[in-house]
Amino acid sequence: MGEERKNEATPMKNVTTVERKSERELLVTRTVNGPARLVFEVWTKAELFRKWWVPKSYGLTLLSCEMDVRVGGQYRLVFRHEDSTMEFFGTYLEVTPNSRLVWTNDEGDNGKTITTVTFEENAGKTLLVVHDLYPSKEAIDSGSTGAMPETLDQLDELLASLGSSTES
Amino acid sequence: MVQYSQNRFDASFGALSDATRRGVLEQLGRADASISALAERFHMTLTGMKKHVGVLEQAGLVTTEKVGRVRTCRLGLRGLQEEAAWIEMYRQIWSARFDELDNVVQELTRKERVDGRRKKK
Repeated sequence: MGEERKNEATPMKNVTTVERKSERELLVTRTVNGPARLVFEVWTKAELFRKWWVPKSYGLTLLSCEMDVRVGGQYRLVFRHEDSTMEFFGTYLEVTPNSRLVWTNDEGDNGKTITTVTFEENAGKTLLVVHDLYPSKEAIDSGSTGAMPETLDQLDELLASLGSSTES
Repeated sequence: MVQYSQNRFDASFGALSDATRRGVLEQLGRADASISALAERFHMTLTGMKKHVGVLEQAGLVTTEKVGRVRTCRLGLRGLQEEAAWIEMYRQIWSARFDELDNVVQELTRKERVDGRRKKK
């Protein structure tokens, strides 16, 4: 006890990249410091998942988080946003321990988004690739990307300011 | 979402979904170029390159100007800003999320190490 080294070489902040692969696909990649086994665990255990899925800076409250991680199992996240609640839910299509997770997002009106996450371990780190396949390009452009309302508001503001400065 | 920009998004993302067109943008980022120079650079017919440039032009990513017999292309930055902003915002969401995920994983790793030591004792 007490022998834990506090300053075990502060890890460099890992880079997150986003690429729009096609009209209906977004690809997010990120390396996480830890073995695939643990990274998979934090994606599949509700009590761990809820610790990170909604970053604190969002100011959203995650009211409940239920995850039945097996093929055909359901998940349901309930958030409070100001005076209303929002739900995100769907079904797991593929569950391959420590390597691959596929689920649907069923809350949208215009069809399902399918998210595939792969976990690839290399030298104690894990490369995460999140692939979102949207039902249509409208779904992607309208921002129904599972993103949080505050963030979309921010985006709107940013776009509006860009629009007014370039739309002359 | 911002409706006025929707059509432009579609056009721009469509334009950006092609490797040659991204290459052309990159090239024009360094220097203006004629269509024939671009065609040569990308090992393509003049007609083929004209089509690509047309798509980029329509999306507002490139502007062209004909002087004499030469059509010169240059970057039209107006279009790019919004796409970049959109992607950047999306990236920030995931980046923030993954930063927290990193913390949770590190916490678990530490815990495992401590538990491992305890077991050995």
